[in-house]
Amino acid sequence: MFDGPKPLVSVKDLKMHFPIYAGFFRRRVGEVKAVDGVSFDIVEGETLGLVGESGCGKSTCGRAVLRLYDITSGSISIDDREIGATPQSDLRTMRPTMQMVFQDPQASLNPRMTVEAIIKEPLDEHTALTEAEKREKVGELMDAVGLNRKFAKRYPHAFSGGQRQRIGIARALALNPKFIVCDEPIAALDVSIQAQVVNLLEDLQEKFGLTYLFISHDLSMVRHIATRVAVMYLGKVVELAPREALYRDPLHPYTKALLSAVPEPDPSLATAKERIILQGDVPSPSNPPNGCNFCTRCPSVMDICTKVEPDYREVQPGRYTACHLYNDTAG
Amino acid sequence: MTDLTNVEMEVVEKPRSQWRDVWDQFKTHKGAVAGLSFLIFITLFAAVGPFLWDVDPGRLDIRNKDVRPIYMGLFDSSAKVSWANPMGTDNLGRDIMANIMQGGRISLAVGWTAMVLAVVLGTTIGVLAGYFKRLDGLLMRFTDLVLALPLLPLLLVMMLLFRDPLRAAFGPETGIFLLIVAGIGITSWMQTARIVRGDVMALKEREFVLAARSIGTPARRMITRHLLPNVLSPIMVSATLGLATAIITESALSFLGLGFPSDFPTWGKILFDSVDRMTSFPERVIWPGLAISLTVLAVNYIGDGLRDALDPRIRGH
Repeated sequence: MFDGPKPLVSVKDLKMHFPIYAGFFRRRVGEVKAVDGVSFDIVEGETLGLVGESGCGKSTCGRAVLRLYDITSGSISIDDREIGATPQSDLRTMRPTMQMVFQDPQASLNPRMTVEAIIKEPLDEHTALTEAEKREKVGELMDAVGLNRKFAKRYPHAFSGGQRQRIGIARALALNPKFIVCDEPIAALDVSIQAQVVNLLEDLQEKFGLTYLFISHDLSMVRHIATRVAVMYLGKVVELAPREALYRDPLHPYTKALLSAVPEPDPSLATAKERIILQGDVPSPSNPPNGCNFCTRCPSVMDICTKVEPDYREVQPGRYTACHLYNDTAG
Repeated sequence: MTDLTNVEMEVVEKPRSQWRDVWDQFKTHKGAVAGLSFLIFITLFAAVGPFLWDVDPGRLDIRNKDVRPIYMGLFDSSAKVSWANPMGTDNLGRDIMANIMQGGRISLAVGWTAMVLAVVLGTTIGVLAGYFKRLDGLLMRFTDLVLALPLLPLLLVMMLLFRDPLRAAFGPETGIFLLIVAGIGITSWMQTARIVRGDVMALKEREFVLAARSIGTPARRMITRHLLPNVLSPIMVSATLGLATAIITESALSFLGLGFPSDFPTWGKILFDSVDRMTSFPERVIWPGLAISLTVLAVNYIGDGLRDALDPRIRGH
């Protein structure tokens, strides 16, 4: 993979820990390790799908990559610029390159601003266009995401969920970014609208040469849109592989369990399909188990798993996983 | 075909003024329209009234003291009424209507200025405390401190300390006006500050604020563009309540003899002066009391209507 084109986004050992304060003196008693050592590269023009169950740190990871949080440690480089430790005030000039589409289209739009004002905000902040030019640009963006220009003076509450998500996408596109983090952009939408929004995202990618980090828990949708897929469990990436390889032949036991949970539309296949049912719950991210994070629920757990944390390594060309099952063969 | 679409575009994209929409929605709130009409009426009554009703409110006319209002003649033929004093006179023969006009000027001016001062202070402190985590502890403990002070004694001490220097600097009337407005303003911003802080903290975690951060909006525009418009409703409510409190606090101060000088009428002072003989002359309590309560009620309704009118979710659909 590294022999190919140069990565646009490169994340190394990203950690985002949130402190927990408790007791009368509000002392720091621990931390939630929401993202705990994540590394990946995203090549220009590709879509990296980031999947995992609720609470595994997908969204936090996406926000941390854009430095919406002050990260605990690690390095993030976007478009050849290292932003891991840059103070927030210096990030401003970098913001136009990287944008975000949010999960809840209702909550991500200010209810007191018109659609035009919402899409115009990035232009106000980062460009020196005149009012008329801005209005023209907003019109173009609304065309690009399939919104009628007539709606520019309306408020977000007057739109349906899918239309609101289009407004959010138009805002993200306003500054011609290279990299967009899509944080579960379809999770809050109807199935019929999901397809529209995903197709829109694909069209825009083709048209503007965008690079996506597509966060989702919908494995079928990720299979549709992503070129490579990373699977997260409890703050760590357990497996990263090209889409086809991952869906055809998952390596990590967690990926296998996750994929076996995808509903099968064909009833005859569905009854024949063997599901891997994991026992127990996800451990608390404030107190992860020793060794491998997945050792408490893994169907093929070994002694070593509870003692030594497996390395995240390339086990086949382009395929990375963190599991002791593959360490012997690879090493 | 192209011409047609162009024409259509222009018609559609003609920007419709937002304030027009606000006014349209405001008009549908009957209470607010009634409140606004009354407020305009009472403001004109106090501001323009003295030019039309050219009677000196301080002029003593002992021979015509205790004149009853003109309508008393309907019930009681022996009542002392006179067209020269349609609302009657007080126990020193001063014309009540002229006093209410003059008192209205002072009361409304004190009420509005003190309210604006309190709301501006409260909103500033609330927004700063809610938005900047570093300032939160300091500002809110300061708020608690001011809240814990007993207000009336504090005001009395302020009056005693600063009355004479301010009088010397700005003249007796302006000096005392500034003192009262400042006194009421800086002792009534705390509720607003607490409410605004709470709302700002909740809003700060909403995704649209995060979205603005991802655009790179700096803190000051984040506050003016995203936070303030969304905390407008609680600010509006505390502003209407603030006006009422300011008028009433001013009355209380005048009653204690620490407000305006005794020959200087305000609604609160007329009211308190008349309490002793309320049973024989109820009108002297009713008129200023009515003026105070109707003004407060009117402002409350206007605030209610404005809050609805400024919310795009309620407006128009």
